[in-house]
Amino acid sequence: MADITLTIDNQVLTVPAGTTIHQAALQAGITIPTICYHEYCTSNGLCRICVVEVQGSRTLVPSCIAKVSDGMQVQTQTERVLRARKTILEMLSASIDLSEANDIQKLMTEYSASETRFPDAERRDPPLIDDNPMFIRDYSKCILCWRCVQVCAEDDQYTYAINFSGRGFETQISTFYNSPMPETTCVFCGQCVGVCPTGALKPKREFLLELGYSADEIMSLTRSERRRRTKR
Amino acid sequence: MIKPDRIVTTTCPFCGVGCKLQLHIKDDFIYRVTSPFDSIVNHGNLCVKGRFGYDFVYNQQRITTPLIRKTPQKPGQRTQALNLDEWRPISWEEALETVADRLVEIYKRDGSDAMAVYSCAKATNEDNYLLQKMFRALFRTNNVDHCTRLCHAASVVALQMAVGSAAMSNTAGEVIHNDVFIVTGANVTENHPIIALQMKEAIEKHGAKLIVVDPRRIEMVNFAALWLPEKPGTDVAVFSAMAHVILKEKLYNQDFIDARTENFAEFAASMDKFTPEFAEQISGVNREMIIQAARMYASAKNAAIYWALGIPEHSHGTQNALSLINLALLTGHIGRLGTGLNPLRGQNNVQGASDSGSMPWHYPGYQRVDNEEAAQKFERLWNVEPGGLNRKPGLTTTEIMSAVHEGGVRALYIMGENPMMSEPNLNLTRRHMEQLEFLVVQDMFINESGAFGDIFLPATSWAEKEGTFTNTDRRVQRVRQAIQPRGQARPDWQIICDLAKRLEKRLGRPNSAYWDYNHPEAILLEMGKGVPDYAGIRYDRIENEGLQTPVLDENHPGTPFLFSKSFPRGRGKFHPLEYTPSAEQPDEEYPFILTTGRVLEHWHGGTLTRHSWMDDLQPAAMLDINPADAARLGITQGQPVRVTSRRGSIVLRARLTEKSTRGVVFIPFFFAEAAANELTIDVVDPLAKIPEYKVCAVRVSLAEERELRLPDAYQERGRY
Repeated sequence: MADITLTIDNQVLTVPAGTTIHQAALQAGITIPTICYHEYCTSNGLCRICVVEVQGSRTLVPSCIAKVSDGMQVQTQTERVLRARKTILEMLSASIDLSEANDIQKLMTEYSASETRFPDAERRDPPLIDDNPMFIRDYSKCILCWRCVQVCAEDDQYTYAINFSGRGFETQISTFYNSPMPETTCVFCGQCVGVCPTGALKPKREFLLELGYSADEIMSLTRSERRRRTKR
Repeated sequence: MIKPDRIVTTTCPFCGVGCKLQLHIKDDFIYRVTSPFDSIVNHGNLCVKGRFGYDFVYNQQRITTPLIRKTPQKPGQRTQALNLDEWRPISWEEALETVADRLVEIYKRDGSDAMAVYSCAKATNEDNYLLQKMFRALFRTNNVDHCTRLCHAASVVALQMAVGSAAMSNTAGEVIHNDVFIVTGANVTENHPIIALQMKEAIEKHGAKLIVVDPRRIEMVNFAALWLPEKPGTDVAVFSAMAHVILKEKLYNQDFIDARTENFAEFAASMDKFTPEFAEQISGVNREMIIQAARMYASAKNAAIYWALGIPEHSHGTQNALSLINLALLTGHIGRLGTGLNPLRGQNNVQGASDSGSMPWHYPGYQRVDNEEAAQKFERLWNVEPGGLNRKPGLTTTEIMSAVHEGGVRALYIMGENPMMSEPNLNLTRRHMEQLEFLVVQDMFINESGAFGDIFLPATSWAEKEGTFTNTDRRVQRVRQAIQPRGQARPDWQIICDLAKRLEKRLGRPNSAYWDYNHPEAILLEMGKGVPDYAGIRYDRIENEGLQTPVLDENHPGTPFLFSKSFPRGRGKFHPLEYTPSAEQPDEEYPFILTTGRVLEHWHGGTLTRHSWMDDLQPAAMLDINPADAARLGITQGQPVRVTSRRGSIVLRARLTEKSTRGVVFIPFFFAEAAANELTIDVVDPLAKIPEYKVCAVRVSLAEERELRLPDAYQERGRY
């Protein structure tokens, strides 16, 4: 493939065609922050934290999906970019529990984002779903990055157990017809748990350990142990 | 939010894929498992077992002190003690002294033929190497085998006959270089889930075409270009008919046949009778589909064949595997990147247990025990006097069991296996177990077999010891200690060394063999001196990524795919074939064919996963039956049914599913309360001695709820 020459933050560099701005920047030693992006998942440009300013473009451009082009002039740290990133972080924290999203919290500090900028925002606070023995789903922590849906689909598993449901503020990751997970096509590979950036998806035993159960208590909660106890 | 005390990188203890795991640990509790996304085997993906199925380590039923039976057991009256009340805790000292005394007593009285050992495909290379060394060097017996006999023995024998090697010829990830591949007798999405992901990727993203040849409508059929739904046990007919078409239409690779093979003419003549019409009659597969499959495979640029236990587990398993090998030799689809013959190994270390000599006919490295040169080599390595090692090939797993009688096998040592679940025809196996004079069991739980034991030696789990596993594509990978041993449990290699030293003393074989190792690495180094394929493996070389055998010296980079220049036996040998029907055919009394196998959520004898939260996900055995067959018998979804064969009878719930074709029912074999192997037939392949798990005749009839042994264990599931 042909090579492309562009400028990022006044550095001129040449990369293969098809490279994203985000990857190109990495090669130049410039890190553009990301949230929904995952190196081993398909990028979708959902969270928009990775936006950059491209000369001639009316809007800010999501660098995780935008491909480089010849002569492109990219700025990753302009005031407009920084304000957009800060606002995204503040809006996320206004409605979602980010207490276990370490990477996002680091960005909050880095961008001096305030958790209280939108005090009247409605919180997304659906009840925790504990419907299977392998993992729990706490969508009050979900930022809708879509990684779980993608690894369940063509990125890895080809199982298609989950997708978005609802629109706008009501959007949530869900099984079809909101069925309990064991009744879906789910094979419990936990690929989704592996890529969740916020602790919304968590192994059941980690969840129980956090609640203060000991290892022995956790193992005594299985069905076969409960059955053994009833028999006695 | 929990901060881990440490994160330990190791290798998954379940299937043969060999995924890399990172265990997140808090206060010695593994609470989360992840995998690095750049891991070469699994790219960060795991299946339910690898990600969630490790909690058996902490199960309270686990035995962590040595035990002795309260009531001394006598041959013929041996009982099964599943209840802990029937056992008494003892010290390691007392346990090992007792084991040493009893084993030596029996050996001195009845000789080496009275001794036998089941080694373990779940234990490390080091554990397996030492256990076979103990029995060979100290008890001078070759009665050493493990569960490979029950899974891929026929594939191993066939590959040894035809090419002289017995492993997957390719790296699993090479499937993306196939443009056509055949999956047969392998339900990969459930049994090798990560390889299945790579297969799906090959199809969806790289344009590969898949041919499934399987009596069940497995999930991969959803991704297949062709599905040949053969009647169980008719593989030779189907694959030889493909060869017939390839020969007739001259689609074979003449250059490859001339340069790399022998016995072509004799083979070709034997294929004459395998017309697609003949195969259709026998297998029920439409002749046009056989022709299409033959053309597709033969005219591909790169084609490969993947198979699992649906091929070898037959009374003609060796013939089945040869019919696949013939196809590869005929078309030259072997010895290049993305072409080859790939028996997918089931257990995490079945390849390694075989490589390390846990087999009755071979020393480590597939060197025959009746080969004088090989015997002398191991006599030198193990410090055994010249002529000391037994040259007589030993008994296989199934033969050991049926040799348990006065004048036959008297003492059995079981490391981590569960023959009382995994042998065919369990009622017969039970009678054999009862006849043992002495049984030592080294395991984590008292399973159905351990319950027959005299002494129980508590071993550590994979997370509590160091060592190596060799995965299905011959990659030797590190297993690392992540947590402290539970209770008094000890790593298998340490138990074996401790016992061996006590045996040596009693047998008057001072300083034979050598048993003082300070670390498993020293054991692998010793093994490398006897096994050329492992000669170059060092722990520091496999610190981050495993190496694929053969690794011939310290600088050898490993071997991603085999046979690029030649076959280990020189030329690949074609084998003429005849079609032999399975031993038991359905009839009026027993009208269904029963085929057995695994499900995603469970593992083999059930010793691990049935002591895990995994059991909550899949708590009961189910009979898979085609909805049309079910309707005819008045069976509804979830209804209890009785399944009866000539050997036994079990009751379990029915699951109506198109996964079963008409006339064929399927039962997974993990569940003691409805053990599939009560039904299976104990006939074996004459060459490989592998039992015919995949075909027996059964009757299905309605049963009552109260006949179920665990009526409340039922979980509705939506997965395919």
